[in-house]
Amino acid sequence: MNVILLLIPLSLLMAGGFLWAFVWAVRSGQYEDTCTPSMRVLADDGTIRRPGEKSTETEPRKS
Amino acid sequence: MFEILAEGGLGQFYELSADAGRRVGTAAPAGHYGFLDTPAVRERLVDFSDGATTRVTFAIPEIHCIACVWLLENLFRLNPAIGRSHVDFPRKQVAVTFDPARVELGAVAALLDSLGYPPDLRLADLGGRRAHRVPRRLWLQLGIAGFAFGNTMLFSLPAYFGLDAASGPSFQRLVGWLSLLLALPVVSFAAGDYWRSSWQAWKQRRMSIEVPIVLGLAAIFLQSAAEVVSGAGVGYFDSMAGLLFFLLLGRVFQQKTYDRLAFDRDYRSFFPLSVLRKSGGTEERVALDQLRVGDRVVVRHGELVPADARVASGTAVVDYSFVTGESTPVELGAGAWVYAGGRQVGGAVELETAKAVSQGYLTSLWNQDVFRKTKDDTFDSTTNRYSRRFTWIILAIAVGAAAYWTWARPALAVKAFASVLIVACPCALALAAPFTLGTAQRVLGRRGIFLRNSSVIESMARVDAVVFDKTGTLTQPRRGDDAFSGPALDPVEAAAVRAVAEQSMHPLSRQVAALLAAGGELPVIMGFEESPGNGTRARAGEREVRLGSARWLRATGIGVPDGAEGAGNEVWLALDGRVRGVFRLGSAVRPGIPGMLAGLGRRCRIALLSGDQPRERESFRRLFGDGAPLQFGQGPAEKLRFVRELQESGARVMMVGDGLNDAGALRQGDVGMAVVEDVAAFSPASDVIVEASRVACLADVLEYSRRVVRVVRQGFLVSALYNAAGLAIAASGRLSPFVCAVLMPLSSATVVVFACAMAEWHARRLGLGGETPDPTAVESPATEARPS
Repeated sequence: MNVILLLIPLSLLMAGGFLWAFVWAVRSGQYEDTCTPSMRVLADDGTIRRPGEKSTETEPRKS
Repeated sequence: MFEILAEGGLGQFYELSADAGRRVGTAAPAGHYGFLDTPAVRERLVDFSDGATTRVTFAIPEIHCIACVWLLENLFRLNPAIGRSHVDFPRKQVAVTFDPARVELGAVAALLDSLGYPPDLRLADLGGRRAHRVPRRLWLQLGIAGFAFGNTMLFSLPAYFGLDAASGPSFQRLVGWLSLLLALPVVSFAAGDYWRSSWQAWKQRRMSIEVPIVLGLAAIFLQSAAEVVSGAGVGYFDSMAGLLFFLLLGRVFQQKTYDRLAFDRDYRSFFPLSVLRKSGGTEERVALDQLRVGDRVVVRHGELVPADARVASGTAVVDYSFVTGESTPVELGAGAWVYAGGRQVGGAVELETAKAVSQGYLTSLWNQDVFRKTKDDTFDSTTNRYSRRFTWIILAIAVGAAAYWTWARPALAVKAFASVLIVACPCALALAAPFTLGTAQRVLGRRGIFLRNSSVIESMARVDAVVFDKTGTLTQPRRGDDAFSGPALDPVEAAAVRAVAEQSMHPLSRQVAALLAAGGELPVIMGFEESPGNGTRARAGEREVRLGSARWLRATGIGVPDGAEGAGNEVWLALDGRVRGVFRLGSAVRPGIPGMLAGLGRRCRIALLSGDQPRERESFRRLFGDGAPLQFGQGPAEKLRFVRELQESGARVMMVGDGLNDAGALRQGDVGMAVVEDVAAFSPASDVIVEASRVACLADVLEYSRRVVRVVRQGFLVSALYNAAGLAIAASGRLSPFVCAVLMPLSSATVVVFACAMAEWHARRLGLGGETPDPTAVESPATEARPS
């Protein structure tokens, strides 16, 4: 029986965590534009060279 | 452009998209964006500035693929003073954060321009911030309500299944207090908008749907809080949170907006942000609102005349199709009046402004009263009319039940009173309209008919008079009864003429080219010359071709027969220095229009207002029938007045138009429908934006709105049945939290499913349900082909 007194705060804590994540997502504008991020992830391959920097890629990509 | 990118290490741009190297327009001359750095403009254009960083949002119509997003978000590599740039693809905007000490706003705009993404700067951008789509606040309210709903429901489950008998009264108390704690933010924050709007409704002595909702909420909360505090039970907090969660869900569903369309444009969205002012011997770009009466401005080919003015030097050839709907350009010499909104189609011309921008012939339309108030304020929705009656009935039943029990058994009186208000809380009633209308709005959106918001459907259902503009709305420029008079052209001649006509962007030239489109191989063009607004000449293969107005051909030394200067659109053709004939270019009624007008004419009044001369009165008389008013030569203010007079005679008017000259009438009408060839193009402020090819299904759309409103009423009936069942239990004073927790979600779910299904079904019945590509949806970059 007493286990439920432990479970209730635990479940509230977890749900509170999700609520916090949701509030953070809304506040940071992630619900404003649900379309562009899906395009961004396709383009940004993370191997962009800064001017003067050596390429991190060994071979230039073939397109 | 490639050099800039290679220097910045962004060569990858070309790898991302094969067609990334689009046509890059001629880059703006140096100093083109200098006016942005004047404090008055800068302060009103930037979103945010704290001295160290500045954030500005530019509209960039050129954004069309992944490579654009990637390039624009890597601006910081091209200029180290730029911090972060963030693209909003559906809206075609980029938000740039930069260090104002190291780079100026004008330089940022110039950088975008040099990359082939010229910012689209309009006078309206100075107006301030743009609204969020679904407001963040609404999302947060939904989150809070959902959180409380889920948790209180879980707390209540043991009670519903009789499991808490084992755990004792102390456990019940704990659950009760926890639920009360969770319910507090729901009542105060998540329901905040309902409290506010019902308070406003109360102050204005009118009844809206929010009033009974708030009554129900207050009754649930107080009754439950009393139970918890007194230790009598756990209350109905789960039902309350669930109810609000569904209501807010309905609100989110109703907030469908079309990102690429703007329904609230006024003249400021059409005018550029800057003009080229000439003072002394120098030319400088200044912001439009810094323009003073008496200033000299230079208007180039294709630019809008910013204010009413007189021609100072040069010849103005002004296309007023934007303002009047008349597509033939007008030629004006020195001293003549030029009105704001006209588009210069000749070479550069110098104008002396005679009126302030906001006082012009066209812009003064926006000073009319009709533009001051928003339509939503005056709109009385079906839901509100129902809730007026509903609320009084509920209050009567609640008071009656309380009175009965006070006499029969006083202990039950308060509970019965509260139970009636709880059960009668018109949750399902409030959901019927958002879900039915929201579904209908999406159905119409798939068919190229875009509504400003879902309540426009209710307005459309009540329309009993439809007023049409002619040019651009009922007629279209091409595929008309265009004809060539003169000896027939042989295929070689036709190909030569078409090759020359295709070189020009003038609408009449395009029309000539389309008329001759059947030809085969096109000859090579040599020595092409265009005299803007007059005509074109070039050598095409073996032939020397001249296309243009009779006056221009005469001026170039070709004998055009006298008296040949006809009305309207004529393009004369001369081959090898001799007149060959004349193209007479008409405008034709769009396909499907005659049938639609005939059908519509049987149901409601129809009328035609045109800015044109009455050349085509007879053919339109046949289309509109004998009784319908046909008025020609109507200016913007006259159109507005016509609609207003029609309304004063008791009609609910829908105005269908396309140009700025219809803007007043579109706004005055109960429903304003703007017809556009391309939904991304500019259209005047309106309630509905419709693709030109869809005008023909207008009669079906009106019929659909009527049926949809009927579905809303049927939804009310369904929810009323649930309410009646609940009321019977409540008035007898036997309402348990369990019954409440089942009845409320069940009635809401029934209404939602009924609303969505019926709206779709009626669309299918009327042939509106089919899928067509949603132009506001994102085109997949792979299928998007643009001329390179």
